[in-house]
Amino acid sequence: MFGAGGGTSSYEEIETTDLIILWGSNARSAHPIFFHHLLKGVRNGAKMYAVDPRRTESAQWADTWLGIDVGSDIALANAVAREIINAGLANTEFIEHSTSGFDDFAEFVEPYTLERAEEISGVPASAIRALAHDYATAETAQLCWTLGITEHHNATDNVVALINLALLTGHVGRYGSGLVPIRGQNNVQGGGDMGALPNKLPGFQNVADDELRGKFEKAYGMTIPSEPGWHVTQMFDAMERAELSAMYVIGENPAQSEADSGRTIELLEGLDHLVVQDIFLTKTAAMADVVFPAASGWAESEGTFTSSERRVQRVRRALDPPGSAKDDLAILFEFANAMGHEWGTADAEDVWDELRSLSPMHAGMSYERLEAMGGIQWPCPDIGHPGTKFLHAWLWEDPMPREPAPFSLVEWVPPVDPLDEDYPIRLTTGRRLDAYNTGVQSSGYRSPIYAGAVIDMTPEQAADLGASEGDVVRITSRRGSVEAPVRFTNGLRRGLVFMAIHSPDDLDVNTLTLDAWDPKSGTAEFKATAVRIETT
Amino acid sequence: MIEQRIADPVATVTVTIDGAPVTMPETATLLEASRAAGADVPTLCYLETLTPFNSCRLCVVEVAGSRTLVPSCSRMVEEGMEVQTDSDRVQHTRRMVYELLDSTVDLSLVDDETTRQMERYGVRTNRFGDGYRRTEAVKIEDDLYVRDYEKCIMCYRCVAACGPDAQNTFAIDVAGRGLTSTIATEYDITLPDSACVYCGNCVGVCPTGALMFTSEYRMRESGDWDEDRQTVTTTICTFCGVGCNLELHVQDNRIVKVTSPMDHEVTSGHLCIKGRFGYAHIQSESP
Repeated sequence: MFGAGGGTSSYEEIETTDLIILWGSNARSAHPIFFHHLLKGVRNGAKMYAVDPRRTESAQWADTWLGIDVGSDIALANAVAREIINAGLANTEFIEHSTSGFDDFAEFVEPYTLERAEEISGVPASAIRALAHDYATAETAQLCWTLGITEHHNATDNVVALINLALLTGHVGRYGSGLVPIRGQNNVQGGGDMGALPNKLPGFQNVADDELRGKFEKAYGMTIPSEPGWHVTQMFDAMERAELSAMYVIGENPAQSEADSGRTIELLEGLDHLVVQDIFLTKTAAMADVVFPAASGWAESEGTFTSSERRVQRVRRALDPPGSAKDDLAILFEFANAMGHEWGTADAEDVWDELRSLSPMHAGMSYERLEAMGGIQWPCPDIGHPGTKFLHAWLWEDPMPREPAPFSLVEWVPPVDPLDEDYPIRLTTGRRLDAYNTGVQSSGYRSPIYAGAVIDMTPEQAADLGASEGDVVRITSRRGSVEAPVRFTNGLRRGLVFMAIHSPDDLDVNTLTLDAWDPKSGTAEFKATAVRIETT
Repeated sequence: MIEQRIADPVATVTVTIDGAPVTMPETATLLEASRAAGADVPTLCYLETLTPFNSCRLCVVEVAGSRTLVPSCSRMVEEGMEVQTDSDRVQHTRRMVYELLDSTVDLSLVDDETTRQMERYGVRTNRFGDGYRRTEAVKIEDDLYVRDYEKCIMCYRCVAACGPDAQNTFAIDVAGRGLTSTIATEYDITLPDSACVYCGNCVGVCPTGALMFTSEYRMRESGDWDEDRQTVTTTICTFCGVGCNLELHVQDNRIVKVTSPMDHEVTSGHLCIKGRFGYAHIQSESP
């Protein structure tokens, strides 16, 4: 946001903030140790709102739960904005000093009345009003979200709608106030930091910028294309158009993790050449022409990860990898050497030091300092810099050192997969506490709290279907069909069911999901599938 | 125009520890003041990351004007306090506490620091004979934890870590009264049937080995547990993007235990079920 792809705050800030909004996040299960920090905030007296279709383990800690209908987030956010403006609670000093486009924004959100938002989202107008007033009047506030915001076809618009709220109230760029996306994967932040994005070089430097690109070209002795590349969903579309015929997959399992897995597998099978580098022979690896056995990144390799609070921390090798497995860096080096380049022997610190010479936000992070300081939060531009607890303090500087932060106009649109008579029930997906993603890593231990490959619904929903707990039901979407036993939960309601994503071998949820994806971020709409459920 | 929340300045107070003046922030405890003054004060139930519970009474010190000894871990410093950290009365009390524990509870797995303090105070083993000794079968109810309450000193650390100080799950608490009181789930149901979410934070804070990971328990049973052959490497958890520090205890190229550093601000030593047990995937026997 505002040119830097990272959460603005540190975890410690949520411990003393006045208001916590958890929007589309079940951090209690998906990010348990972040939730420890959040609970300290609650115990220190912070008021908490949860916005989530499910009354999750996280939402149970909130003072108020807004049980939003799946995919209506923008309508709700725009109504919160309108209410803040019309109640005279907007931070006009901040808006004038630090933002642009407010007048257009105020006019744009005017049709999003509380009543209209209630109609779209199912959340009572009084609760939306209360959230708006509390957010606007809190001295400090943390607005946190995760995949409930981003796994939609309009993911970027969802995020922008939340950023608008922070600009309206000045809840960004100050200690205690911030925008906090909690990252789902251990190093997805680090991947972005390192330029594993189609349009960025390491340190979020634009590939289209001739000067920045020139710096890397000089250091690498290579020409770098100035055109942005593709993100993974665009790659699969390119396969469909036969424009992409070979793929090198490192540490991903797209055959099971991508939406609409039937189509994904067909496209992977159609490739001329598929290379997979992984610690397991995953379903994707089993389809590969060549498999490079890899060492685990977190226990058998040296390097760094970057966490959700932009903290770069050292990863260390505790174990020797089995058999002929090598760490990712060593494989890439040998691959390059085999291709006729002279990269020599892989050394994680050498690569890191090269990165520090090219990415100003990492320049001050030597291995020695990372070790001594227990990690450093970027940006850290020089060797004497302590790192940065929160971003965008410049918004409060006078005069402003940069262009003001713009309001964005984003319209609510319903989920791509509509509910109708044939598919009347909304299926949403997510994680459970004891498991992780496609289960490749988390299925190795025997969890006493394993829920099984089940479909969660309320007893009322099951009664409507004529099913009892444990009965196997057939779940059918416009793309596919699976069977699963019913499990009762009371965090749901009629018309809303939930399945976890962790056991694709037993229950492949992604045969049901659709691959409608957000053109700006490339994330697919895992959260909103229309299904019908029948007893078997 | 920058708005920053600046912490209020903390006042300082001066206390006398074993005759020497020490100046501390007014938020400090007598334990912190004593240690700042170089005094060797034992603790057992106290842990930096948890709220003091004052159950063991080993950290007691003598404060001039106070009728009873005071637990230094929870008593705040006050201007002009005169403190004796190792007077005859303090030594006598500490020895007695150790001897009572030693006569009722199996202390065979306490840490080296406690062993050193017991030697320092000349603790007489099993001084009170077999008047009362905790006897209870080891509870093994799942593949992750073992509970051996013959080793439990009722320090309350596990209850605090499961409850308001960290995990906020409240699966366990003190049940019963007096000598026969114990740590239990609700109605003493099995752990898998309880509210437990298997974060392992109770095990992580247990000072006596009453709570133990099954991996360690089995290796101890078979005589294979050997800390001299173990290395401890700090790395970052692979599950989710919070960035928890993991200490991987490795013996013979296998992870045998996972802990987290108490002094790291991300975790304060606490983890979740995935960080604690999710390592199995990298040492599965099948390819």
